[in-house]
Amino acid sequence: MKKSREEIRQVVLGVLHRIAPEADLDELDPDALLQEEIELDSMDFLRFVQEIDKELKRDIPESDYTRISTLNGCLDYLSS
Amino acid sequence: MYEFKMPALGAEMTEGTLLEWKVKEGDEVKAHDIIALIDTDKAAIEAESFRGGIVEKLLVKPGEKVPVGTVLAHIRDGEEERAKISPRARKLAEKKDVDLSQIKGTGPEGSIVEADIEKTAPAKTDHRESMKKAIAAAMAKSKREIPHYYLSCSIDCSKALQWLEAYNRERPVSERILFAALQARAVAAALKKHPEFNGYFVNGEFQPKESVHMGFAISLRGGGLIAPALLDADKLSLEETMKNLSDLVARTREGKLRDREMSDPTITITNLGDLGVDAVFGVIYPPQVALLGFGKIGENQAISMTLSADHRVTNGLSGSRFLNTIKQLLEDPEKWL
Repeated sequence: MKKSREEIRQVVLGVLHRIAPEADLDELDPDALLQEEIELDSMDFLRFVQEIDKELKRDIPESDYTRISTLNGCLDYLSS
Repeated sequence: MYEFKMPALGAEMTEGTLLEWKVKEGDEVKAHDIIALIDTDKAAIEAESFRGGIVEKLLVKPGEKVPVGTVLAHIRDGEEERAKISPRARKLAEKKDVDLSQIKGTGPEGSIVEADIEKTAPAKTDHRESMKKAIAAAMAKSKREIPHYYLSCSIDCSKALQWLEAYNRERPVSERILFAALQARAVAAALKKHPEFNGYFVNGEFQPKESVHMGFAISLRGGGLIAPALLDADKLSLEETMKNLSDLVARTREGKLRDREMSDPTITITNLGDLGVDAVFGVIYPPQVALLGFGKIGENQAISMTLSADHRVTNGLSGSRFLNTIKQLLEDPEKWL
């Protein structure tokens, strides 16, 4: 069954929390770049994409990485 | 009888603190099982037993600081013997991270009961401060004793990025490769041709090392930087390099490094490109003799690579040749991958 935007948001935030447990995700600006906002390096970002694939069964191609660079971008992309 | 000793987790380490036993007396262990958690100045490290057998005696208590080489436990062949402990006490011990081997039971026939667990609390250490001090000491020693020289060049990464894009396009996300893995492969391959950059300067002379154990500077969440080794980097395929590097980064951040990963780096790579840095002029980790710094991939798809090297071992000529070999490998990956 297709997940709602809110359900996807919870999954994405859960993954981000596992990768950056010290980050205050309640304060996360949904339009800010995740890599800057919570200091994800390229290894963290790859892990983020891998975990999204595991949880939501969405294998995001590299060419789409720019579309998921913010929280809102992620939700738009994963809800589509 | 095998003596499990306090390992040397780096050239600078003279003593360590046993934080926690992962086994108790009577436990059966296999070779390479993690049996203890050791605190160094830099981090908590999981130490493995090099032999299998039965843990006969744990000689050092959690929280004790002892010199490198001190016998921490006796391990012998034999049948498994288990300490007497009530199931509730065992559960509580697991929950509270208490080392059962160090508790004298006060229950019937000397068995361990819940009250015995409650009385024991594991020692907690703030690693951040001790890590800062250890790094400060190593860096001060490096700048005081190692005559650094620096060489820098720009690498055209366009072909490598194209190659990676094509490689990753055909693979699921679990098998994708990052540019960092390609860098590591290129450096490991170049070191085979330039072994004078792989090893230690000890007792006034250079000691080359056969294997390449490539230290990677990895930032810790919440501050701190540590450079554990990607072991045997010269023997890994590109896929294995990526897999092991990814595992190393994850375990570093979870505080689950192995002792050899801390003690054995023979050269270090620092990649600060993700942080937007143009170029890195790093400080060599003694007793190593070289460090390679990489900056970000620029809009023209070029990256800056800088070698910091020990002038007691190599010079500008050999350094230039080493950089050129890496540059050629990274500029044309199809030739060698």
